[in-house]
Amino acid sequence: MTYDGLPGFLEERHAYGETTVVVERESLVDAALTCRDELGFNVLADIAAADYLGWGSKGVAGYWGTAGGRDINAPGSWGLQRTPASKPKRFSVSYHLLALRDEPSRIRLQIWCDEGEPVESVISVWPTADWHEREAWEMLGIRIESHPNLVRLLTEDDWEGHPLRKDYPLGGEPVRFSDAE
Amino acid sequence: MAVATRDSVFAGPSVYERSRIPSPVPTMLQVDPAIREQGDVMQVNFGPNHPSTHGVLRLVIDLNGERIVGLNAVVGYLHTGFEKNMEAKTYWKAITYAPRIDYVSFQNNELVFVLAIEKLLGIDVPAKATWMRTLLCELNRLHSHLIWLGTGALELGAISMLWYCFREREAILDLFELVAGFRMHTRYFQTGGLAEDVPVGFWDECRKFADVMPARIDDYEAILDNQAIFLERTKGIGLLSADDALALGQSGPVLRASGVNWDLRKREPYLAYDELDWNVPVYTAGDVYDRYKVRLNEMRESVRIVQQCLDGMPQGPWIADDRKVVLPPRHELHTSMESLIHHFKLVTEGYRVPEGEVYVPIESPRGELGCYLVADGGPRPWRVKFRAPSYVALEATATVMTGALVADLIAIVGSLDNVMGEVDR
Repeated sequence: MTYDGLPGFLEERHAYGETTVVVERESLVDAALTCRDELGFNVLADIAAADYLGWGSKGVAGYWGTAGGRDINAPGSWGLQRTPASKPKRFSVSYHLLALRDEPSRIRLQIWCDEGEPVESVISVWPTADWHEREAWEMLGIRIESHPNLVRLLTEDDWEGHPLRKDYPLGGEPVRFSDAE
Repeated sequence: MAVATRDSVFAGPSVYERSRIPSPVPTMLQVDPAIREQGDVMQVNFGPNHPSTHGVLRLVIDLNGERIVGLNAVVGYLHTGFEKNMEAKTYWKAITYAPRIDYVSFQNNELVFVLAIEKLLGIDVPAKATWMRTLLCELNRLHSHLIWLGTGALELGAISMLWYCFREREAILDLFELVAGFRMHTRYFQTGGLAEDVPVGFWDECRKFADVMPARIDDYEAILDNQAIFLERTKGIGLLSADDALALGQSGPVLRASGVNWDLRKREPYLAYDELDWNVPVYTAGDVYDRYKVRLNEMRESVRIVQQCLDGMPQGPWIADDRKVVLPPRHELHTSMESLIHHFKLVTEGYRVPEGEVYVPIESPRGELGCYLVADGGPRPWRVKFRAPSYVALEATATVMTGALVADLIAIVGSLDNVMGEVDR
């Protein structure tokens, strides 16, 4: 089965026995509706966003490998086997869809976006997207549009930044000691 | 209300007709302005440290008399940044984080992460390791359901259930200690197989447990199903229809209590589940009582699986023979320079996992537990995301609470079987 009829279809990849269908960011909701109503993907299992800042190049927060290989003067920098394929944009948002029926099937509906580019909410298609989208916005700063309740979910309400971005440092929260008053 | 036998996804009539998912926010019950105008709405904080919230869940509820007219779940009190931490660790070390995400079904969490790594590596796992993983995951499912049953019944006043369930839970934890050296968070699943061979004394002890357990499950059922208060407090409340459950992404026992015959162990088999003989309990009333029945009967099936694993356990190696991924045998380190180098490199540097992205779903005690793993070809995961089943189950709180009384709140929230460590990650 092919998915090139989906609205905004860009690419279809098969790897590790999984199907990834990349669609244009602008036609995400149309593609999602087609998936649900015509292809039978009645369950949205998960929304997983990822940040590819520094992918395949010199490491940033929490990442020590470099594309150039191992630097013996920098402990812990054992590089990659080879430079990974470059990514079209900084962020990917993957919608893991499940067709829950007697012959089940799964696809990964994927879009790519850069910092600040709006991604339309799919709550109208799958209500379960609510918390997943809040998490994608909170943790990676994906700008979700027309979400009815886009507030922080897992971190505190006044938390600054998006912790799962690659330029967000690992740990190191400033601690105020009482004798420094 | 019987166990479904026909092999179709949907069993039985719908629990209710029209969708009850609140709008516009599907996870939040907003107070009807008409009720608000009467001025008789009181806002109550339930949690975050109420003993029956199974962790630190805070529900902000609006009450009109005894009836719940508004509800908002506030989560995140246990957020510890597991996914961020795992990006900074080698795969080798990151495995230790996975079981701590859901500390009640630790073995299943460990499994899903190891399976994701193995899918990228394309490594062949020996049969003995696969069967042993199946056995331990089913023991873990029993452990998880026992905690749920014990605490869930305790909250409804059946105090003795906690002691009975924790007696068996102790026996299971002893088995884990016997096989892995740890009672919880065993880190016994290793990329390519198991971390150690199974100790010889394990089989007898495990069989003793599997022989005694079915009678114990009958006891639990006899206690609760003959208990009028328990039945009154669980039947017909917390309703969720199959359509609403699917729209809200529900999985596991919550989905199977709403008449959807869906178990990933049967539908998308992994480990050795397709070689074993067992059934999927499906109930159709979609209420708290049916969620209890689904879990209770799942425990019976788990015992059957454990017994079959003991009977059919294959012999042979317990970990793959791939020196670029798997630690060399301990005794070789004293005689073989090659093995020593491999050991050193694997422990310090870790193994490299080929570039790619995978999503691996398994059936944890709470439902579909997924692991989305992105690898860049280096020794550390680029991105790890867990699809936590009780995170999704909590999204359904507002829907199942439609029109409920405040006294039923605890029974309904408990029936969704939330583990806050997994929700908040």
